[in-house]
Amino acid sequence: MLAHVRPAIVLLALFTLLTGLAYPLAMTGVAAVLFPRQAGGSLILRDGKVVGSALIGQNFVSTKYFHSRPSATSAPDPKDPSKTIDAPYNADSSGGSNLGPTSKALIDRVKAGVEAKRAEGWTGPLPADALTASASGLDPDISPENALLQAPEVARARGLDAGEVRQLVLAQARNPWMGFFGESRVNVLKLNLALDQME
Amino acid sequence: MTLAGWLQIGLILGLVALTTRPLGLYMARVFSGERTFLSPVLGPVERAFYRLAGVAPEREQTWLAYTRAMLVFSVAGFVSLYVILRLQAYLPFNPRHFDNVPPDLAFNTAISFLTNTNWQAYGGETTMSNFSQMAGLATHNFLSAATGVALAIAVTRAFARHSATTLGNFWVDMTRAALYVFLPVSLLIAIALIAAGVPQTLAGSVDATTLEGAKQTIALGPIASQEAIKQFGTNGGGFFNANAAHPFENPNAWTNLLQIWALLAVSFGLVITFGKMVGSEKQGWAFFKIIAVILASAVAIVYAAESMGNPLLTHLGLDPTGGNMEGKETRFGIALSSLFAAATTGTSCGGVNAMQDSFTPIGGMIPMFLIQLGEIVPGGVGSGLYGLVVFAIISVFVAGLMVGRTPEFLGKKIESREVKLAMLAVLILPLSILGFAAVAALLPSALSSLANNGPHGLSEILYAYTSATGNNGSAFAGLNANTPWYNVTLGIAMVLGRFAYVAPVMAMAGSIAAKKKVAASLGTFPTDGNLFVGLMVGVILIVGGLQFFPALALGPIVEHFLMFAGKIF
Repeated sequence: MLAHVRPAIVLLALFTLLTGLAYPLAMTGVAAVLFPRQAGGSLILRDGKVVGSALIGQNFVSTKYFHSRPSATSAPDPKDPSKTIDAPYNADSSGGSNLGPTSKALIDRVKAGVEAKRAEGWTGPLPADALTASASGLDPDISPENALLQAPEVARARGLDAGEVRQLVLAQARNPWMGFFGESRVNVLKLNLALDQME
Repeated sequence: MTLAGWLQIGLILGLVALTTRPLGLYMARVFSGERTFLSPVLGPVERAFYRLAGVAPEREQTWLAYTRAMLVFSVAGFVSLYVILRLQAYLPFNPRHFDNVPPDLAFNTAISFLTNTNWQAYGGETTMSNFSQMAGLATHNFLSAATGVALAIAVTRAFARHSATTLGNFWVDMTRAALYVFLPVSLLIAIALIAAGVPQTLAGSVDATTLEGAKQTIALGPIASQEAIKQFGTNGGGFFNANAAHPFENPNAWTNLLQIWALLAVSFGLVITFGKMVGSEKQGWAFFKIIAVILASAVAIVYAAESMGNPLLTHLGLDPTGGNMEGKETRFGIALSSLFAAATTGTSCGGVNAMQDSFTPIGGMIPMFLIQLGEIVPGGVGSGLYGLVVFAIISVFVAGLMVGRTPEFLGKKIESREVKLAMLAVLILPLSILGFAAVAALLPSALSSLANNGPHGLSEILYAYTSATGNNGSAFAGLNANTPWYNVTLGIAMVLGRFAYVAPVMAMAGSIAAKKKVAASLGTFPTDGNLFVGLMVGVILIVGGLQFFPALALGPIVEHFLMFAGKIF
């Protein structure tokens, strides 16, 4: 056994230097030179201030904005750090609901969501993404169907023409490459930024 | 299910099939010690490493010395990683001033990364400094992967050689795997990921003011370099709690394609490496067919189950054509989430791009079953190949029983010792998975970690021990595993799954290497034809099924029927 100790320790140290430090630091250097925007998190600036990341969803509650999907992320309770409170789109603590398909908590949450949407005047089968929480809790996208159903309410809140808002949604929607690769989706933050620009 | 969904799945699996042969032949050259196109650059580094470590590369080891070297290296890795995690508050690259990792969590995490499991009882963005992520976790992503490949190459040599006492040199095989296979490809993957939007920075976080005026703290870090080896080495430990579902780890369908390719590529390639090194590439392709048949069937079942959606939610008014979207990301949809789930559990990767706890009962059972088969379709890098060899031994043994002849595999007579050692390895899985799960299901303190009630709760426990023992690392993540009970018992399960499995396999390899090669005769059962492929698929499914079906019946299967009956918990 003793004969193996020197190679074990020396190779561990050398590989820690090579794969644990040189490799990630070299990649960080390459990234800073070639792809500084992506390397820093694809941040979006408005009037010189960071308003978010193009890749990370945000929580919208105002009727003047399109709303993101439900998010199951949480944050430590400021009153008692051993507990957590709901904090949708907490980009500092990602995660899904992890509720199983027969979970009463899941059924109750979706039921309440469906009732709220029906009250807003949504009819017919509802887009699944509008009422389910994403895996990361930070999903930046919603389906175009979901966005189009939200358009009349947003138009009303802003005093805009509903048709114009629908056009904006369709212009922002990204479709699958070659018609099959990827999913149709709308980035909610970019859509809302474009909406702000319309006024 | 849609045509577009099938095309996406087909495109990615097709890419894996395309790279299998070139990658497999390249690795055969690397482990035969031949020159490769990277030798001019890496050769000097390799020789310097041996010189500093006092390794004589031409000196070969017996199976016992090889296994001991691997064990000493793993213990050294465990100690160093444990120390890094326990001291991270005093180490550099800690922009968010995270505290030291508590002892039980550091124990669990150190074992998790050195066994190539990468089970995460912690949330990366709330626990680990950049130093811990890079020098601690990423280093072991490379080394645990290289160790697995080295072991598989030693087992391969047992069949390639005859009347041999040695199986190669662990230090050489491990070093060459890390230098010639994992490092160069990870560099390319990392750069592609950065270009596609994965952050790579030493900053800890950035604060944004949202459009509605709220403050959003966005966690950042050296993510791309970690993500590349995490997938390519079938490690699976995410930079973030949400793993590859996090938009920073996996921002779009293209990065998703690259990651699924990366997590399958080496394990697929190694079956061709095996074939080439034992002198029968056709044997490698027979293994390829076995993996492909089981994995493709698994993808199809998960995709079908998830596409149907959750009938309980359809009943409330959700459009079932959207599928079961709870715990899934819009940009991946049902098809790419289903493919990822099957690929990450067919290999021992364990990274996820959707939360499997929220899958439909059948959609969540298939990933668990793939791990329970022994992580062989195609399994972890290296560990998948030696697992396949174990099942090949059992298959020729079963065939030998049928016709009453001494079984042979690749010209080596398979006798009682080899079969006993193979079965010993296979039986570690049910012992650890079912044993620990049974105890946890009775312990009130273990049950208080459950996020779901009813049969789904049992599935959470069963999945945790399955994942740990199979060295997979994915989870039904609702289970709060960061408790002393789970941290310790899952840590033990990971050790059993890696070392108690591979020790008998290496003993078996030693005894096979020592045998003479006998020429194939008319009575030899060919192991590279479709009859053998069918037989081995059957043996894998029957052995896996018999062991775990009763437990699965009480978890996901009963939940499936209760879901359709409208029962909730």
